[in-house]
Amino acid sequence: MTTPEVRIDEAGTTGVRPLLEIRDLAITFKTGGGDVQAVRNAHLSIMPGETVAIVGESGSGKSTTALAAIGLLPNNGRVSGGQILLDGEDIAHASEQRMIELRGNTIGMVPQDPMSNLNPVWKIGYQVRETLRANGRPSGPEDIARVLSEAGLPDAKRRANQYPHEFSGGMRQRALIAIGLSCQPRLLIADEPTSALDVTVQRQILDHLDTMTTDLGTSVLLITHDLGLAAERADKVVVMYQGRVVEAGPSLELLRNPQHPYTRRLVESAPSLASRRIQAAKEQGVETADLLAPAAETAVADNVLQIQDLRKVYKLRQGFGKATDFAAVDGVSFDVQRGTTTAIVGESGSGKSTVAKMVLQLEKPTDGRILFDGVDTSLLKSQELFKFRRRVQPIFQDPYGSLDPMYNIFRTIEEPLRVHKIGNQASREKKVRELLDQVALPQSAMQRYPNELSGGQRQRVAIARALALDPEVIICDEAVSALDVLVQAQVLNLLADLQANLGLTYLFITHDLAVVRQIADHVCVMEKGRLVETGSTDDVFESPRQEYTKALLNAIPGAKLMLPPEVA
Amino acid sequence: MVRFILRRLLQVIPVFIGTTLLVYYMVFALPGDPIAALFGDRQPPQAVIDTLRSQYHLDEPFWVQYGLFLQNLFTSNLGNDFTGQPISASLARVFPVTAMLAIEALAIQAIFGVAFGVFAGLRRGGWFDSTVLVASLVVIAVPTFVLGFVFQLVFGVQLGWAKPTVGANADWGSLLLPAVVLGLVSFAYVLRLTRASVSENMNADYVRTATAKGLSRPRVVLAHILRNSLIPVVTYLGANLGGLMGGAIVTEGIFNVPGVGNKLYQAVLRSEGPTIVSIVSVLVLVFVVANLLVDLLYAWLDPRIRYDQ
Amino acid sequence: MTSNNSHFVAPIDETPLLATDAVKTDQAPLSLWSDAWRKLRRRPLFIISALLILALTVVALFPGLFTSVAPNAGCELANSEGGPTAGHPFGFTFQGCDVYSRVIHGTQASMSVGVLSVLCVLVIGVTIGALAGYYGGWIDSVLARLGDIFFALPLILGALVITQLPLFRENKSVWTVVFVISLLAWPQMARITRGAVIEVRNADFVTAARALGVSKFGALVRHVLPNALAPIIVLATLELGVFIVAEATLSFLGIGLPQSIMSWGNDIAGAQASIRTSPEIMLYPAAALSITVLSFIMLGDAVRDALDPKSRQR
Repeated sequence: MTTPEVRIDEAGTTGVRPLLEIRDLAITFKTGGGDVQAVRNAHLSIMPGETVAIVGESGSGKSTTALAAIGLLPNNGRVSGGQILLDGEDIAHASEQRMIELRGNTIGMVPQDPMSNLNPVWKIGYQVRETLRANGRPSGPEDIARVLSEAGLPDAKRRANQYPHEFSGGMRQRALIAIGLSCQPRLLIADEPTSALDVTVQRQILDHLDTMTTDLGTSVLLITHDLGLAAERADKVVVMYQGRVVEAGPSLELLRNPQHPYTRRLVESAPSLASRRIQAAKEQGVETADLLAPAAETAVADNVLQIQDLRKVYKLRQGFGKATDFAAVDGVSFDVQRGTTTAIVGESGSGKSTVAKMVLQLEKPTDGRILFDGVDTSLLKSQELFKFRRRVQPIFQDPYGSLDPMYNIFRTIEEPLRVHKIGNQASREKKVRELLDQVALPQSAMQRYPNELSGGQRQRVAIARALALDPEVIICDEAVSALDVLVQAQVLNLLADLQANLGLTYLFITHDLAVVRQIADHVCVMEKGRLVETGSTDDVFESPRQEYTKALLNAIPGAKLMLPPEVA
Repeated sequence: MVRFILRRLLQVIPVFIGTTLLVYYMVFALPGDPIAALFGDRQPPQAVIDTLRSQYHLDEPFWVQYGLFLQNLFTSNLGNDFTGQPISASLARVFPVTAMLAIEALAIQAIFGVAFGVFAGLRRGGWFDSTVLVASLVVIAVPTFVLGFVFQLVFGVQLGWAKPTVGANADWGSLLLPAVVLGLVSFAYVLRLTRASVSENMNADYVRTATAKGLSRPRVVLAHILRNSLIPVVTYLGANLGGLMGGAIVTEGIFNVPGVGNKLYQAVLRSEGPTIVSIVSVLVLVFVVANLLVDLLYAWLDPRIRYDQ
Repeated sequence: MTSNNSHFVAPIDETPLLATDAVKTDQAPLSLWSDAWRKLRRRPLFIISALLILALTVVALFPGLFTSVAPNAGCELANSEGGPTAGHPFGFTFQGCDVYSRVIHGTQASMSVGVLSVLCVLVIGVTIGALAGYYGGWIDSVLARLGDIFFALPLILGALVITQLPLFRENKSVWTVVFVISLLAWPQMARITRGAVIEVRNADFVTAARALGVSKFGALVRHVLPNALAPIIVLATLELGVFIVAEATLSFLGIGLPQSIMSWGNDIAGAQASIRTSPEIMLYPAAALSITVLSFIMLGDAVRDALDPKSRQR
């Protein structure tokens, strides 16, 4: 057995004892359908000052394991076996009183979603102060401001007097980091601390967290779904799958030499690593034809979409009848070639989704033109617009929001056919069956409802619905962003296959440059409503001309990792 | 916050004008002779008819009539009732009594409703929770006027714990029984709302984060669960003020409380149209202002509201 | 080597790799409504309230099945406040009428006022709320202010004014009570509908339907409203109970149903005279009223739990 049967006594001989050691941990949830074991035989150890990452997809048990370490399992969950040793003390079944002593000043936590983890009714300063006070630390205004400014919050004194809703997501996350580290805990549990944030903000915050924990000598247990990010930030990586630890080891070692089939699959699929691999291959002059999406071979430029000087201005109400203009999209021009994939990349608020809505004719441009097959879409009459809708179809981001929960899968995919009065009942059913085959869903799924399907399956249903009218252009608005890594890779493959078979044109809206690298032929980078850079994917990735593009590229997790291209 | 108050004040004005206009229009401007209509099948003395004609300026155009009606309302010149007493004077006498009753009832429903709701919500599924939940259903199902008679009979007549009727000299003590009756139905609603809100907030992310910060359980409950759970409760209490007024009419009638509701009830029994309209207009004004106050309280509890459109 | 640097790999046979994102095929498909229905069926609260409501409906439709005594026939002052006798299990009112028969015949008025008022409120409230919430802008502003105006008129107070109108004073009937209640109670329904519609109107599936070529109004009817129904249904069930109480209160105050119509509110008002001497005369109609209201409130509770999106699996 090569399992780490090495126990504390042996580790003790090295003179250092792990700060946190989890042994054979089992966690059971009581549910309506009986007890469910969410975590089994989990084990990991964190040395003082070390950063360990748990990587896994949703439902893998990674967050549950971390919550158990701070005694915050949901009410229906309990530790049903094993030990959680904090500095040698088993806290798996510690009293609530003991846990309250430990929380805050020995074990800190930075939670996942900055939007829901600050109490909306209290000022930020209050929420810092109560932390300091509960852990017996000085909690004057100076201390609060210091804690906040150490977490990189500018103008901390004034900010402490504001409410969470006055903060941006990045600022809220900084406030949460400030709270988590305010009492200088020895162990920090960071549960996907940046997954809800824009990539550039994510990078800044992770950098800052790194600096702070290094300065304080804090150990970090980092929970993440992104293997690239884990490898870049952590000394050790623990991979969890189906409630078990399937592989654990030093980060680089694990990336270079993944043993377990699940880890291997993760290494292959993680977009950040894949894009890094392509990059590395390019740098070494390796032919990358098999790594990249097949480039379209159009001899003549056949622009199915031409966006010309597009502008969208919203009126922002400021109370008492005053309004200011806000240009969500400002002077954007680009072309989309038939049969290719063009990606619009940008962070939240860049206007990329507004462009998509205007191309879909769901919003009217304030200015500028959108030519579809050479025809100005703003001149379309309602009958022509109805026909246009057959040719351009969207796929949206949220797999939970894009399907009507009241419609079963058959009705969902059939709706476009019915709306456009195509075929009769029998032929429509045949078409729906074909479409399900095309997106690799079993025909038996036809009678099911969206809530019975996983995120990836819903997204495939959304693709089938979009394909029902045999469109030429598909607008994917963050179509894979909400999916787990492996599922994301699966859907991206499906999209690539469909493009190859049906000659589809994709306009791909995303914030994730790593995904762009894998699938796009052309890239448009947007920032604050303006187009800052366009070009072929290779050009943009190899020689970005704008600072903003460079910052975006640098922010891809794992960008600093040196990986040989043959890793895969 | 100042801008929020101003904006809400501006919103109140059209609502008040619209509502009083509606009331006024229904009673005084519908076809037929409004004075005759007000008295139904009885024949009022000519003197009363003349006073009413001049009071409501029935020979003027509608808008002028309405404007003068509003002016009268704000200068508390509400005219005389059928016994020749000025309505404003008798209102001034009965109003404090109803205010006392309403405050007592509000206090009962707010304090006990929230307290019971918090305990039930924190221990969802426990024996206290189950008992209270069933009891609250029964309380909600029994209408206020039935409850009034039952309480009057049991506590007032049979057990003799309280005076079955209040009579002319109403004070806090003698108003307790009617206040309990008036507050009981809303108490049950407040309890259920608080319970639901508490047990939902208990699972909120920010509550978990507060626990992770090392706060003690009482602090987490007070500062993070209770405070946030009060927001929907306050909204309910505000929206329910109207129900409280309706309940006050019934309760004051049953317990013979010399308040606005009783006055209104007597006016209804005697079909005194003008008195009814005047009192209802005043009550609408009170309701609108009270709702404004509740909105301000709401904004104080939930800072997000202050910045909303 | 310490545990720190070792590279651990779980035995592969213990942690087999499952197919990525396989479709579960072991359960029967479940729509939102059939899921809610399945949950409802298992709740005792629902079963009890549904049975009670069913029984009340039968009593309301066919009072003759339950009593052979006509409600006003044979009222003899000699029987005033008389106790139970054979054929008259609940005794007699102050007027000497049979209490049991009056309670049975009163069901119809209460139930029909409740049901008809809720139907009217649904039609007015849902239409106005849905249009305001879905189209927004000036339509929303106008309709919201209109709702505020009616909302500022509490039900009983408003009813006091409206029923003073000659038109109503002279034609009291089930319909006037329904009209008064509906006129004053629709804003609540409109507010709930508006909120639910706003929550749904920006959902991606609505945008997707628009992008398919479904018209704006078509998307409201086909996608937005069906998804906004849950809170509307819950409120409608609860309001049924509230409106039945409102009718009884209005009748009690003498501004609801006319004396000629048998109703629990009228009976309770009439029993006031005997409250000190024979309180049970009030007890029977009051109990009937409370049980009816309780049934609808329990039903509303059960439906709310069953339709709660948070209790649904994703």
